[in-house]
Amino acid sequence: MKNISFSKPSGEKVFDIINTLIMLLICFLCVYPIWYVVVNSFNDATDAMKGGIYWWPRKFSLENYIKVFKDDRLLQSFKITIVKTVIGTACNVFFTAMVAYPLSKKYLVGRKVYMGIGTITMFFSGGLIPTFILLKNLNLLNNFLVYIIPAAFNFFNLIIFGNFFNELPSALEESAKMDGASDWTIFMKIILPLSKPVLATIALFAGVGQWNDYFSGLMYMTNRTDLEPVQTFLYRLVAQVQSNQMAGIAATNITANTTTATSIKLAAMVITTLPICCVYPFLQKYFVKGMLVGAVKE
Amino acid sequence: MIPKTKKYTLYYKNQNYIINTTEKRMGGILMAKVAVVKMPKSKNGTVLLKKLWEQRGLQLMAVPGLIWILVFNYIPMAGLVIAFKKFKITESIFSGEWVGLKYFKEFIQDTNFASIMTNTLGISLLKLVIGFPLPIIFALLLNEIRGTRFKKLTQTISYLPHFLSWVVLGGIMVSWLSKEGVINDFLVAMNIIKEPISLLGEPKYFWGIALISDTWKEMGWSAIIYLAAIAGVDQQLYEAATVDGATKLQKIKAITIPCIAGTIAIMLILQVASLLNSNFDQILILKNQINIERSQVIDTYVYQVGMTMGKYSYATAVGLFKSVIALFLLLVSNTVSKKFLGRSLY
Repeated sequence: MKNISFSKPSGEKVFDIINTLIMLLICFLCVYPIWYVVVNSFNDATDAMKGGIYWWPRKFSLENYIKVFKDDRLLQSFKITIVKTVIGTACNVFFTAMVAYPLSKKYLVGRKVYMGIGTITMFFSGGLIPTFILLKNLNLLNNFLVYIIPAAFNFFNLIIFGNFFNELPSALEESAKMDGASDWTIFMKIILPLSKPVLATIALFAGVGQWNDYFSGLMYMTNRTDLEPVQTFLYRLVAQVQSNQMAGIAATNITANTTTATSIKLAAMVITTLPICCVYPFLQKYFVKGMLVGAVKE
Repeated sequence: MIPKTKKYTLYYKNQNYIINTTEKRMGGILMAKVAVVKMPKSKNGTVLLKKLWEQRGLQLMAVPGLIWILVFNYIPMAGLVIAFKKFKITESIFSGEWVGLKYFKEFIQDTNFASIMTNTLGISLLKLVIGFPLPIIFALLLNEIRGTRFKKLTQTISYLPHFLSWVVLGGIMVSWLSKEGVINDFLVAMNIIKEPISLLGEPKYFWGIALISDTWKEMGWSAIIYLAAIAGVDQQLYEAATVDGATKLQKIKAITIPCIAGTIAIMLILQVASLLNSNFDQILILKNQINIERSQVIDTYVYQVGMTMGKYSYATAVGLFKSVIALFLLLVSNTVSKKFLGRSLY
């Protein structure tokens, strides 16, 4: 009898152990590629080309990072990335919230029309080329504003905002209205301060989008490489490395020039990745909620 | 005695009401009847204008959004006309000669058409069949972890790849998948292969690479929805099952999966609807001249012929071809969802 009653818990124990091992493996797989880049970026570049550095730098060196900070073009691209992320995120969050607020009011005249016009854009779009032509005609090519204005609004984020605003207690708004506050004042002084969780969520989504965006730099900066963000710069390096590989230029024939490119690439990757790694865990509880709202209404 | 009637109008909470009061005296007792009628909404033009004026503050906040949508979403939609025209980048979209469906025919008769469609659908179907169940399995397994801290930590770490850019990830992959890369080191050390191979230089591996890298990046993130659905399952069901002596696996099969089936179905339908949407960033970064026969998808083809070859009209036609089929897929899957699940997207 004892054996039988103990057999089930021991079976569950085996399951628990295997399950924990699977989870540890998943964690390892998620973190290791980044760890690999970090240790290689802290290794001497010529030595790193030989490969075989998996867990710890073999020949520790800060040379790669020093090179990054001496490279004017790379520094410029970092500056562009930071400025575009800060301004672009602020504009997207504020503008989308501002439009979402009136649209969250059921009694707004024309609400259905507004929502209908917006919903269509989630399922159908003009696509790459017509958008390019529009931005060209608006004189936004080779213009810093191409990072800001076309990214200033997002209908999907509007829905997340709207759902949040709807759940705020209406008593505060009504009493402010009695005191003669305008809609704008209510939005700025009451709604926004109460909406920090959703503001953080949208800021994270928009911020990561801006930070990781390489494509607008590639598409819209046709002759202003000085306005390219760091991700576009990295994209060109990666594409270059790949076409070299395919052309059969072996690692042994690598010139001093490509060594520099590779080492700079690793250090720049670490610098671009770390800020996101540091920020997102703290916003987790907010964006999980945001994701759910988005998924339900998608 | 003749009843006295009075009529008032009241504006409350952005709605107009008519209040009819009727007074009647019967044997010294005052009888009053009050009827409140909602005034018909916006049938009356002046009421609409009055309401608009009342809401001018709100409307002024909404209109800039509308303008933005019209400019940045609807003008490009109008720009789709160039798919039917001989368009030159130096001219306006309204000039140029109409050519009808010429560019669509050209695409369908293109020698690359079959391979582009095969790659687009092939990679998407792989992601649907293999990439779709994995986040569900991950969510189910993660839910069985006992330690709350470990569970939370695993969850946080599993989101990490989602926040990396495809450029950074692509850079890592290009170096790992090369002959001298980590993957080859591993495969040779494990005796799976004898000679290192350039994995991105062999077209036949491309679909697999696309599937694995996409799953790696998005598995944790996609699991959020399933984890939330699992958290919403009534705990009493599990307690009852425990009393009946059910094992963990039985509980997962008999309680958890049926309870989250609705969520799974909705996600499945969304994924079917986007079968023609490839992961553009991923494929643009991993594709090269050698693996192109298995890596060129509709989205990258539009970019290539449009932006690097300057064939604007042709590229727009290819993009429109995709959008129309995608819209059709969405409508079909939405109808299916409505019919069998009673849930629809709009």
